Amino acid sequence: MLDDLAPAKLMDHAPEPPLVDLDRVWLRYGGSGGTLALKDCSFKVKKGEFVAVVGPSGCGKSTLMKVVTGLWPPGKGAVIVNGQEVTGPLNFVGMAFQNSSLLPWRRTLGNIMLPLEIVEPHRSRLRSHRKEYEERALALLDLVGLKGFAKKYPWQLSGGMQQRASLCRALVHEPSLLMLDEPFGALDAFTKEELWEVLQTLWLRTSPTVIMVTHDLREAIFLADRIVVMSNRPGRIVAERVSPFPRPRTLDMTFDPKFTELYHELREFISQARADKPQDL
Amino acid sequence: MTSADKASPAPEDDFEDEAPKKRFRPEAYAPILTLIAIIAVWELAVELFSIRPFILPAPSAIFLAIVKYWDGILLNARQTLFTTLAGFGFAVIGGVLIGIAIGASRVVYSSLYPLLIGFNSVPKVVFVFIFIIWWGIGTVPAIVTAFLISFFPIAVNVATGLATMEPELRDVMRALGAKKRDIILKIGLPRSAPYFFASLKIALPTAFVGSIISETVGSNTGIGNLVQVAASRFAFDLVFAGAAVTAVMGVAMYYLANILERRVTGWATRGGLDGIGQPQG
Repeated sequence: MLDDLAPAKLMDHAPEPPLVDLDRVWLRYGGSGGTLALKDCSFKVKKGEFVAVVGPSGCGKSTLMKVVTGLWPPGKGAVIVNGQEVTGPLNFVGMAFQNSSLLPWRRTLGNIMLPLEIVEPHRSRLRSHRKEYEERALALLDLVGLKGFAKKYPWQLSGGMQQRASLCRALVHEPSLLMLDEPFGALDAFTKEELWEVLQTLWLRTSPTVIMVTHDLREAIFLADRIVVMSNRPGRIVAERVSPFPRPRTLDMTFDPKFTELYHELREFISQARADKPQDL
Repeated sequence: MTSADKASPAPEDDFEDEAPKKRFRPEAYAPILTLIAIIAVWELAVELFSIRPFILPAPSAIFLAIVKYWDGILLNARQTLFTTLAGFGFAVIGGVLIGIAIGASRVVYSSLYPLLIGFNSVPKVVFVFIFIIWWGIGTVPAIVTAFLISFFPIAVNVATGLATMEPELRDVMRALGAKKRDIILKIGLPRSAPYFFASLKIALPTAFVGSIISETVGSNTGIGNLVQVAASRFAFDLVFAGAAVTAVMGVAMYYLANILERRVTGWATRGGLDGIGQPQG
């Protein structure tokens, strides 16, 4: 409340306000008799921070994503992004899901350029600056190891390649906020680890703020600056840990005793959260 | 998947460029051979069992009738083709617009859909009488009947294509700030295209049914009128000739729709245009 009243100038030497700020959010979906998905859930993400959200399945992680992006309005509480209360869908967020959801009638390049056709200012500049934007998209494809696949259709790509393209689509408009909902959930272990490194490269390059939901604790520790653990339904944040490893991280670090220790610690949190039965209030 | 991912092989050319090698395909001749076989059996049966021409004329008699009445048949076929295609054209426009409205808006869906189903259940011949009172016998009732009978499958299919859009894709678009119009234009309509073409194949033959019913009930021209007059004179060879000519027009239109479909929605069959059960490379 006080923050709301404080003039912006006085905040200059205060710590930078969080990019995403969930303040005691409650959310119930499916009407008044429906499922309570979030209960008094508070959660802050700093600008440029990479946060992983882990928790038992069905704990409301994906609901959290929808609330942050404004796709679902909170029942109680406030969602503040970029200093403004979210009242409708945001208009700049890059998203990627477990399912790559590329458009089968567009070639890879066309798929990746989709956000540029929607998000301003690119939308109005696209027609006159198509060449420049195409080069940007091609450079991104190059970066994720899809050089030469721009003219392929998505269904001509393997699952891992589709997911790379999906990441490119989420990042092409250089969003300040990137939401990833189990982006590597459907991939085999080797492809997954490869894509961790790809995502890290992308993130180090433009350092957007990232919120990533995942079921994989190793993935969370490898990629994130901070890992938050959600309780069983109705979801709220029950613990958080910082991943202390320097960047760029390597897969060798996942065998570090400290890594394993953090893994076990988080695992224990999840076990506790799972032990509490989901409550359908 | 993984090995392909790691090795990143040099991409091949686009699938359009990979023209399949010409090879003998028995299925290409199958329809002609089947038709010849049926005609042969028919001819033999009429000959063998001495079936009288006003019960079932022999194919040779029908062919002779087509030759004998060629000018009249051509004139009437042209009229029927015109009214059918005009009605079908309106049905495509109307069906797509109604389909978009139903598929994109829940309000329109719940208010219009039951009415449409009720309307579609009424045999259109009932309306023909009304149209004849409104517009007199001839071309207009035939066009309107062809329209009424064929817009429904188009509308339902386009609506289905829009309504079955992947929710993730919708979220991706909305979080980028896409308006409903963007989502329909960039995703809804392209992904409805296969549904649309499937519906054309149902709608086209029904359009012929519509115009011919109307011509039978009230017209001085068209295949419907020709058949009606021929039947009243017990000229069954001419009745069958009318049926044969209509069938030829129907098949021709079907193949036209097919060619168009392959050009527009090749992506939906993943480049494998040989039908079900064929390897897709």
